[in-house]
Amino acid sequence: MPSNLYIQRTSVDNVIEVAIAKATDTELVEISSELALGLSFDEMKIIQTYFKRVNQNPSDVELQIISQTWSEHCCHKTFKSKIIFNDKEINGLFKTYISNATKEISAPWCFNVFEDNAGIVKFDKGYGIAVKVETHNRPTAIEPFGGAATGIGGVVRDILGVWADPIACTDVLGVGPLDFDYHKLPIGVKHPKYIYQNVAAGISFYSNNLGIPTVNGAIFFDESYIGNVTAYCGCIGILPLNKYAKNAKPGDYFVMAGGKTGRDGIQGVIFASAELTKKSDNDVSRPAVQIADPITEEKLKRATLIIRDRQLASATTDLGGGGLSSGVGETAERYGCGATVELSKVPLKYPSLLPWEIYISESQERQLFVIPPENLETVLTIFEQEEVEATPIGQLTKERRLKLTYKNTPVADLDMTFIFDIPTSTKQATLNNSTNVEPNFAEPANLTQPLMHLLAMPNIASKENIVRTYDHEVKGNTVLKPFQGKYAGPNDAAVLKPLDNSWKGLTISCGMNPTYGKIDPYWMAASAIDEAIRNNIAVGGRRIALLDNFTWGNPEKSERLGSLVRACQACYDISKAYKTPFISGKDSLYNESILGPVTPTLLITAIGIVPDIRSVVSMELKNSGNLLYILGTTYPELGGSEYYKLNGYLGASVPKLHASKARKNYYNLTKAIGSGMVKSCHDLSEGGLAVAAAEMAFASNIGLTFDLKAVPNKAVARNDFLLFSESNSRLLIEVHPKDQHDFEALMKNSCALIGETTKTEKLQIHGINNKLIIDASLSELRTAWKKTLNTEVP
Amino acid sequence: MKTQDIKVCIMRAGGTNCDFETARAFRILGAQTEIKHVNELVKNNSLMDYNIIVLSGGSSFGDYVRAGAIFARTLNAKLGKQMKQFIDENRPLLGICNGFQILVEYGLLPGFEGPSQQPEAALTTNIPQGFKCQWIYLKNENKGKCLFTNQIPQNKILHLPIAHSEGRLLFSKEKEKQTLQKLIDNDMIVFRYCNEDGTTTDPNGTYHNIAGICNKEGTIFGLMPHPERAIYFWQEPTWTQKQQHTSPYSDGKLIFENILNSIAKKQ
Repeated sequence: MPSNLYIQRTSVDNVIEVAIAKATDTELVEISSELALGLSFDEMKIIQTYFKRVNQNPSDVELQIISQTWSEHCCHKTFKSKIIFNDKEINGLFKTYISNATKEISAPWCFNVFEDNAGIVKFDKGYGIAVKVETHNRPTAIEPFGGAATGIGGVVRDILGVWADPIACTDVLGVGPLDFDYHKLPIGVKHPKYIYQNVAAGISFYSNNLGIPTVNGAIFFDESYIGNVTAYCGCIGILPLNKYAKNAKPGDYFVMAGGKTGRDGIQGVIFASAELTKKSDNDVSRPAVQIADPITEEKLKRATLIIRDRQLASATTDLGGGGLSSGVGETAERYGCGATVELSKVPLKYPSLLPWEIYISESQERQLFVIPPENLETVLTIFEQEEVEATPIGQLTKERRLKLTYKNTPVADLDMTFIFDIPTSTKQATLNNSTNVEPNFAEPANLTQPLMHLLAMPNIASKENIVRTYDHEVKGNTVLKPFQGKYAGPNDAAVLKPLDNSWKGLTISCGMNPTYGKIDPYWMAASAIDEAIRNNIAVGGRRIALLDNFTWGNPEKSERLGSLVRACQACYDISKAYKTPFISGKDSLYNESILGPVTPTLLITAIGIVPDIRSVVSMELKNSGNLLYILGTTYPELGGSEYYKLNGYLGASVPKLHASKARKNYYNLTKAIGSGMVKSCHDLSEGGLAVAAAEMAFASNIGLTFDLKAVPNKAVARNDFLLFSESNSRLLIEVHPKDQHDFEALMKNSCALIGETTKTEKLQIHGINNKLIIDASLSELRTAWKKTLNTEVP
Repeated sequence: MKTQDIKVCIMRAGGTNCDFETARAFRILGAQTEIKHVNELVKNNSLMDYNIIVLSGGSSFGDYVRAGAIFARTLNAKLGKQMKQFIDENRPLLGICNGFQILVEYGLLPGFEGPSQQPEAALTTNIPQGFKCQWIYLKNENKGKCLFTNQIPQNKILHLPIAHSEGRLLFSKEKEKQTLQKLIDNDMIVFRYCNEDGTTTDPNGTYHNIAGICNKEGTIFGLMPHPERAIYFWQEPTWTQKQQHTSPYSDGKLIFENILNSIAKKQ
């Protein structure tokens, strides 16, 4: 231990400095490790050179600032770095594949993308919609209740950070199988059941108490999530665009508001950017998870909106990952300023926090406001009225330096351009050839049984017991809820009516196909995008914007990075093909545990609009005697399907996407929905045609009969494959017979009439051999779907 | 008194969160509606400016100690005098969900002999345990005492959502039967949970399927379901199944309309 390098600073008793100039290369690495800086040797070398040049010893505060600013979590190094893939150089994944797609699409309704805490699109009557989805994997794995709760807390503050009023939350969770054998669980890894229940409790606790409806989400089970819990928290907000204040200038005050600062969440960003190991057990990592207090956040929200409406601030930002270090630093950088902060002014939960701890703590429910001097007093009065603690802690300065003091003694003084000149590296990416093979098994004689089993598979089965613990009605603007119809069928997308004086609605959906990621990351990503868009189209959504959230393994390993490159390439291709721009995103890398890497998982969130909520379409069948159409073509694509999984296989024939054709089909379907011809519509996803048909029928207890011979397909010669293939871009559509002619004319042969709705309360499907291959009562199908994860079966 | 002259105050504190939609319900019916923080009412001494006070849903003060307990104590401590005058003048007071919990914790409901020093009932943890967001049916069992429902036909079934984890009404075990008898004798039971066909059911283990009660005068009313979330037809979970919508509104509106009519008539 190079203890001789650490020197107690004489001017202030709780700061040490590091004699970095005389540190050897080995010692540099040791310093990074001992101070938990998470910096590489190359980065430490750059820091050493800087401090040698300015002829100073860095304080611990300064080293922590650099560490935070350069962390993967704060600056997304991997997405910005150069990558060599297939002998070609990619100049940053984010720029090349994500932001370029948005730029090239150049949608006039994008108000602000990628720059701020959340993406903003225009809505109606001068309002904009802000959306952000966060990954919160690490904290959720260590402490599922607190991790899930603070995940929501953080993303809600991101929405407040763009001056928007949060109106809905979304939650997507990836956990291990609930029946996983306890004895096989490695030390330090929590059982999926514990994670599942506590995450749900955390979400329910936080968003319900905050009064924000949780309207959309998913729960996905996969063995790779046992060691790498995957948690996504999303929030949607609404703001009057003329109140979007971002014009901070030198002299403006930093006012810190909300919760007090403690040791919780210290170095969370460093912890988020490293692999979980045995050592990440409770003792080591639990302090990196913050403590949640939704009521403080509720009050903070009220105050924020009052300040916005009275236009008293020049900027605001969430204090999340990296704490004050990120909030102050990034704000100063964004407005081309420097900053001063007096750390002893920060309200603390308890005394004895060291200056560096104060500056990087990630304690929850804290927001940073930038207030022009003339408004300072008014703003502090508003906070007082709302019972929110608020303290001016510093100012923006003209001089481009970051100067921190503690009880008026300097503890950090850094050149802003140095801190934000983030070192990048060139990384190597490779792609392994897939070794997956297609299984070979006979078609079962009885297909009703496999359908029952599929409906009961955890990834398909009803999550009603969990979803009903989330308030999806608060605010009274939820038009399509997670469950629709008398028998609570699963809706494809949520619809909100956010403005009292407008019929315009907001459609929110998601797509995620991790199992395909085990076979092919490109088609996994393409499928996730198509699923999110398809779900949105199904209810009548149009003008769709996308959010990307990557959960991946360690990008230092070239094949992990290679699969990430492929997924990003799909994002570019499909986003361009559908003309659906990305407006925001977030990545979580290094998701590896002693059980191995996470399955590459891309969550796509899609936000659309409907011109009039009275024309939205839900998934439950409406009446007997109506016609049933299928849109799209079925291919023999069962690789990664739930049907193969049911039979114990993964397979290789992952669903592909024919985006230009699908786009035309979606366009026509949107027109049909707009003209009121579509009575119900449901997307085909996990479990394919048979599962989608069963869900539509049992949601309203209206029977359904159809013929597989009429299903348009390419070389699908088996009944089970036609029933359960998961080919993309397909939807089932119910149409009244009087509209048959108009509907078929509009859809231009892309739709096939396959059957009709009946009074029998049964699902009956005829196979290509003309035999009745599925004959099941709706109540039996419904019970199969509900029983797996729900204790009460109605 | 004309509806447009009626002044409604939705009172809030940290953690209140159904105030906007509750205000909207009164506003679309034409009443003057304001959302006021308790601190503002104290500062301006303005409680008596209003014709009706509404405690809306939410998780006031985080529902720490017991749901509604801290708000009830705060209200009593900060505005006790004005509250007493307001109630003595028989001005109506409505508590929805967390608001109902506050009224019970304050001792205003059931309040057989007027406001009680200690709560005479509890709204406690659901059985089965946990938060539940779901649409349920209610039967109006009030015989005409309650100012909030006296124009709604007796035994009419309403469709409203619940969203709570502490909605089980409970009386002390040894006095349970007498309490129920007193509630019946004084016409204080307002809503009971039922199925679509009117048969009784119980989503949260509540005593005697009770979802809402009023005081002896019928001026103070608390209920667990959320009428403010059932104002428009498109808020119903089954609206997509209906062929036509004869009314743009939904059942929750009846309650707000009813109380505004009662106030308009009285003064």
